[in-house]
Amino acid sequence: MGRVNAEKSKKLNKPQRYYDYSLLAVILFLCCFGLIMVYSSSSYTAQINTGDSLFYLKKQGIAFLIGLVCMFLVSKIDYHRFGKLAVLGYILALVLMVLVNFTPFGIEYNGKKRWFGIGNTSLFQAAEAVKVALILSMASLITKFFGKIDTWRAQLLIAALQVPVILLVTANNLSSGIILLGIVFIMIFVASRRKVRFLVMVAGAAGLIGFVMLFSDQLIEWNILQEYQLERILVWRDPSAYALEGGHQVLQGLYAIGSGGLFGKGLGESMQKLGFVPEAQNDMIFSIICEELGLFGAVCVILLFLFMIWRFMVIANNAPDLFGAMLVVGIMAHIALQVILNIAVVTNTIPNTGITLPFISYGGTSVVFLMIEMGAALSVSNSIRYER
Amino acid sequence: MDLKDRNCTFHRMKILIVFVLCLAGFGVLTVRLGYLMLFQSAYYTALAEELHERERSIKAARGRIYDANGTVIADNRTVCTISVIHNQITDPDAVVAALCEHLSLSEEEVREKVETYSSREIIKSNVDKSTGDAIRACDLDGVKVDEDYRRYYPFGSLASRVLGFTGADNQGIIGLEVQYEEYLKGQNGTILTLTDARGVEIDTAAEQRIEPVEGMSLYLSLDVNIQKYAEQAARKVMEQKNAKQVSVIVMNPQNGEIMAMVSVPEFDLNDPFALTGTGETEAASADSGEYQDLLNQMWRNPCINDTYEPGSTFKIITAAAGLEEGVVSLEDAFYCPGYKIVEDRRIHCHKVAGHGAENFLQGAMNSCNPVFIEVGLRLGVPGMYQYFEQFGLLEKTGIDLPGEAGTIMHRQEDMGEVELATVSFGQSFQITPLQLITTASSIINGGTRITPHFGVEARSSDGSVIREFQYDSQEQILSEETSETMRYILEQVVAEGTGNKAYLEGYRIGGKTATSEKLPRSENKYISSFLGFAPADDPQVIALITIDEPEGIYYGGTIAAPVIAEIFDNILPYLGIEKD
Repeated sequence: MGRVNAEKSKKLNKPQRYYDYSLLAVILFLCCFGLIMVYSSSSYTAQINTGDSLFYLKKQGIAFLIGLVCMFLVSKIDYHRFGKLAVLGYILALVLMVLVNFTPFGIEYNGKKRWFGIGNTSLFQAAEAVKVALILSMASLITKFFGKIDTWRAQLLIAALQVPVILLVTANNLSSGIILLGIVFIMIFVASRRKVRFLVMVAGAAGLIGFVMLFSDQLIEWNILQEYQLERILVWRDPSAYALEGGHQVLQGLYAIGSGGLFGKGLGESMQKLGFVPEAQNDMIFSIICEELGLFGAVCVILLFLFMIWRFMVIANNAPDLFGAMLVVGIMAHIALQVILNIAVVTNTIPNTGITLPFISYGGTSVVFLMIEMGAALSVSNSIRYER
Repeated sequence: MDLKDRNCTFHRMKILIVFVLCLAGFGVLTVRLGYLMLFQSAYYTALAEELHERERSIKAARGRIYDANGTVIADNRTVCTISVIHNQITDPDAVVAALCEHLSLSEEEVREKVETYSSREIIKSNVDKSTGDAIRACDLDGVKVDEDYRRYYPFGSLASRVLGFTGADNQGIIGLEVQYEEYLKGQNGTILTLTDARGVEIDTAAEQRIEPVEGMSLYLSLDVNIQKYAEQAARKVMEQKNAKQVSVIVMNPQNGEIMAMVSVPEFDLNDPFALTGTGETEAASADSGEYQDLLNQMWRNPCINDTYEPGSTFKIITAAAGLEEGVVSLEDAFYCPGYKIVEDRRIHCHKVAGHGAENFLQGAMNSCNPVFIEVGLRLGVPGMYQYFEQFGLLEKTGIDLPGEAGTIMHRQEDMGEVELATVSFGQSFQITPLQLITTASSIINGGTRITPHFGVEARSSDGSVIREFQYDSQEQILSEETSETMRYILEQVVAEGTGNKAYLEGYRIGGKTATSEKLPRSENKYISSFLGFAPADDPQVIALITIDEPEGIYYGGTIAAPVIAEIFDNILPYLGIEKD
């Protein structure tokens, strides 16, 4: 915003173009912090497994640089031009998911086909790309249906259009499916004037989830659900009882978090990253942050994300048109859902599901597509005009 | 502007709602984090530390054992344990080659262990320090050389049954090593190290050390030189008489300090699991259970673990009781026809022709059975029993060695005249040699019942704590006069009686011989023994020898008494006891 002040004298009467530098700053800060944490949490195991302690840092660093370039390019493009890509994006997302799920282009890791690749070379995680396409198509659809957006018909139609792609993602990646569904829900909620129906839906879903969680024992007893279907819930309720099975990761994460204390053991001093927390640089990276930087560091990270979400709100509120606003609302929903769900999983507040912490967790695809989203948000911010 | 493109107020409202919900979500998570990281922190920290920490114990050096002169008789030697840590090995071939060379093991055996995927595989323990240092000098990744202490006995088999030895964990197994375990063992230290998930120690982590506390040193009354003299003499007579085994106890009769306790054949304390004294074929053919039985047999200390019929040496006690009770005096006249009839039994004297007319002193000098039977009968069963109790014969001596055997004696109510008669000259009941020498000491030392012992004091390694051991003694179990009379009688036994082979030019020596026939009597196996002390007027040293199953001449006066004379000849000057 400093630039805004500096240019004040030059163009007093003309509308000023806005650029959200605070958002940019927090993005860059989180990415750099993420690189440090990826190095800290992975170097020991990387040294042992690959002989190169920088193995993960290098890959993540390259992804970050690619992402950075993408972000700047995207942020310089007028976001209205993205709208024209919405249909293409939607079709590409569908095709991509079909290819990943049903053809050899999908590459399997740990029994899950999540990667798109050719031959043995995996290129990117399909779900991350789909998130961007979905936000874009949702923003377009909402803009198209603007007049009738409050009707059940329009809302259901918009949601129904997203169902195929969400189902295809959910088949191999439940957590990403949940995030996509959440984004769709929040975007329609924001676009619509209605409140009660959303409230009822949330209450219904919460009630159902709560019922299953609380009465899981009875549901198994009554043969309505099988034990393996509720495994994650059972583990969530008492991770130490399943320490050798599903509870291992969560339990080790809790050890890490608990041993952090108020100010942590100091950067690089984590014990749990030495192979105790499986793949500490991935989903569980927040537990290592807690262990090394303590409650203080963890709250700082949460505040940074909160600040970022607040910036998205400001940009969405001031966006020149509905499409821009909805685009940023989608991005805001994406980041918020992923951060909240990740921290909730790591602290065993909800049952375990594999969700990464945006900008911080290791994962090249995730960073590149997140940076593209950030570019889009910055582009919207750049089109805000205000008069002095 | 087209309606489509409007960003309406209600959108802002909804966005605000979304933001507030996010805020609430973050709030809940922050509270959850605060709960985990502040209130549950101690709980999870403890669990995590338990997971990360590996405890390695540092063995405490066991306390040394010193003899009366301050000579170390049980010491520690540094030995090494060689182990490999699979994950840290970088050059398996070099490791295998080096270990084979230094430890002279087969390549196959070493390779198998090197290639075993485990956190730690022990290749060989109890390796000499020099070999351990040589392996350490090779500086091979993944090879650990840990130093450890092992008990070492510089004198090998000396006083083996008394000292005892230690097991794999350096704990005492028999003898003084067990009895003084508490003082000797010290306190093990620990090293706390941190390890990663594979159990590999983290080099950079500061290790916490709790230093071990060395065990206290034990100082004994046992004198290596006296023990050696006694052992030499015992071994000599054992070989001459082809005896099964010979035991010697040398003690200070005034305070119960034992200077030597020998049972030949001894065994090697540095190799206590090798059988000695048994035929090799027998040892080799024994299965593990039998082998253990043979070992236990070898480790027994006959001086305290086994009982025998003392025979004539017990006449000391009968005489003391008779004199104390006033039923007999030195000049009392007796007549020995070669036997004595008690109830319906004819009990023979060892001299079949009989000693004829003799007074009590002469009867003692002749070791005449009918004389002592008469004294016993005069005491009566209750009298005899009372003196058994008064002299402490019914209780254990309380020596500081484990496994002392008790006295095997008739019950008072089962004792008739015949039993009384046989008890009077040392038959039909059993005591340990130690019990005999302890009771005899009490009788000749002026009437103080002493507790025989080895341990004098224990000192901490830095000398800051000195623990002197106290032993019970019971005064006046016998009057000074009776004690003096006994010393006189026993001196006469050696001067002119059956014990004359123990006579030593220039010394006043008292003593009593014995030849006990082992049970069953039909086998004609004997235990010859002699109990002697010097100087007779002020006893400073008392010694008892028992020769188990000598071949040929088996009279205690003939074969046992000279051994004590030989031992006294050596140790009296050594103890600074001047010739008269």
